[in-house]
Amino acid sequence: MTSMTLVRRIAARPSVVFEALITPDGIRQWWGPDDGPVILAESDARVGGRFRVRFRMRDNTKHECSGEYLVVDPPDRVVMSWRWHGDADDTGVSRLEITLRAIAEGAELTLTHSRLRDETIGESHAQGWASALDRLVAIFKQE
Amino acid sequence: MVNYHKSLDRTFSALADPTRRAILARLEREQCVSVSELARPFAIKLPAVMKHLDVLNDAGLVTRTKSGRTVTVRIEAGPMRGATEWLRRYERFWSTRLDRLTAYAERKEASLRGGGK
Repeated sequence: MTSMTLVRRIAARPSVVFEALITPDGIRQWWGPDDGPVILAESDARVGGRFRVRFRMRDNTKHECSGEYLVVDPPDRVVMSWRWHGDADDTGVSRLEITLRAIAEGAELTLTHSRLRDETIGESHAQGWASALDRLVAIFKQE
Repeated sequence: MVNYHKSLDRTFSALADPTRRAILARLEREQCVSVSELARPFAIKLPAVMKHLDVLNDAGLVTRTKSGRTVTVRIEAGPMRGATEWLRRYERFWSTRLDRLTAYAERKEASLRGGGK
């Protein structure tokens, strides 16, 4: 429940997608959540290296997030810790994992942002929680 | 906004405990159960179950009604919807970005191919 996963099929080979994910130039191209500019993109894509991205949204609000690379396994997988900066945004340290799989049309990307709100409890708890909540959510959908 | 986050924190921390999740899972199946019935499957004493119910109640996840000597517990959908909605915001956030990443990577791939490389 405190994690979310999205899957995308992209008509580009995994190495191209991977580069877009981890290089400052790549990050600048896609990171902004709307048409607002990316003001700063730093990325030292190796285990223990850090990234930092600051961007401005169309409503003129600025946001920044940063974290540390935990796994860098090109072109298949990258895992990083993630933290929002700023009072309104800060919800603690979460975990972002992106995996890429070669498919006929290019790459299948799976993005999982987890531990969104439960950094103090163990992973097994988080997983148990996830399944319990999935069921609850299913129930509410039936209403 | 602050209240919104506080209530989300209450929802999520109430849900962080396996006993409380088990209680909710049961309530989800059976709609409305008495406290003593709820306590039965757990290897903990009734007062401990009552404490868990207090936490769930404070988070608005359950309501209790007393009729004679029996207290019955019922699950409440509202806070869970709030928690789900909060997660959907993250989904939208990443979904928009992945749209842009996809467009960028596909342009790049096309230019690599176009360049005959």
